[in-house]
Amino acid sequence: MNEYLAIIIGAIFVNNFVLHRFLGMCPFIGVSKTTRPAIGMGVAVTLVMTLVSMITWPLYHYVLLPFGLEYMHLVIFILIIASFVQILEIFIKKHLPTLFDALGIYLPLITTNCAILGVALINITAGYSYLHSIIFGMSAGLGFMLALLLMSAIRERLDLGPVPKPFKGPAIAFITAAMMSMAFMVFSNIKL
Amino acid sequence: MEKKDILLGGILQRNPVFTMMLGLCPVLAVTTSLENGLGMGLSAMFVLMFSNPIISSLRNVIPDRIRIPSFIVIIATFVTIVSLLMQAYLPALNDRLGIYVPLIVVNCIILGRAEVFARRNSIFDSLLDAVGMGIGFTLALIVIGSVRELLGSGSIAFWGYTLSAPIEGAIVMILPAGALMTIGLIIALRNYIRMAKATSGAGQK
Repeated sequence: MNEYLAIIIGAIFVNNFVLHRFLGMCPFIGVSKTTRPAIGMGVAVTLVMTLVSMITWPLYHYVLLPFGLEYMHLVIFILIIASFVQILEIFIKKHLPTLFDALGIYLPLITTNCAILGVALINITAGYSYLHSIIFGMSAGLGFMLALLLMSAIRERLDLGPVPKPFKGPAIAFITAAMMSMAFMVFSNIKL
Repeated sequence: MEKKDILLGGILQRNPVFTMMLGLCPVLAVTTSLENGLGMGLSAMFVLMFSNPIISSLRNVIPDRIRIPSFIVIIATFVTIVSLLMQAYLPALNDRLGIYVPLIVVNCIILGRAEVFARRNSIFDSLLDAVGMGIGFTLALIVIGSVRELLGSGSIAFWGYTLSAPIEGAIVMILPAGALMTIGLIIALRNYIRMAKATSGAGQK
């Protein structure tokens, strides 16, 4: 039980995908202007990360490894992610139209979010078991959502503050992220 | 567009990192030192120099509706080649760059240049664009890497040579927070220079 807790806390706080590993930086800066789309993006990414971990792990261990095709994993993974996001988009559009409207353009953009491919690759390189990698995928998504939500809340307030002109926009967003990253460094003292 | 503009545009006016904010993940993650930044920049440039002309040569063959998956497969192939070459000949650098080498696949710069430039221009122009953008990306990584290494450890190591400064290293610059701070300040500086230029230009008129 303890190792699962270690993976969850590790992925959400200690090695936060955005603030520590710098994965998914583009949506982190691009979609964090207000809270509403930030929540939508966070939910979509968490969903895709969990499902992609579920698919890529068995594929790597039961198809690519036995046939000696490990070197093909990059091409296969990115194809899976791209087609999977497409399927998810069609499914949500048909069955959950309200969620589809809320997510809007962020759904197709998930394909090029390096955090997704990052999860699939880390699951392999870290040598996680099947259950571990599913839990890791989910917690990584939650960590991404947490960082995105905090950032968007701060940026909503920043709009009202007296930010010097050259710092307006992405520059102050990066400085804010630096402060957040420093705050998150506290979690690296957690021993599990 | 002039051939020279295509080549030089990517280095300065349309620098992929500082003006277009593309490909930020590797920029922030691997720039703990000058050597790492250079290694990452050159690998991305290598991929771009092969993917851009090939996508350009196939631009009339690939159907419009499935172009993104096709581009990604072409890019992924070259990233695999780079990754295997690096494991064989530069294992130390490969260990330091780690997961960010395979992640070149989803680097927005490479897919972005395929979508914006290579699919509409000739093979030679696409190659020039790739070289310009690659140099621009590498330069940005070198700048950020040197700033962080200098402020973080007080010296810059470059293939055996060491340049040291009379300062005590602040460890935070090597940590993730330092990367975010450096790029934030560089973007602010660029905005400041641009605004100063704009006001002085208006004054002359």
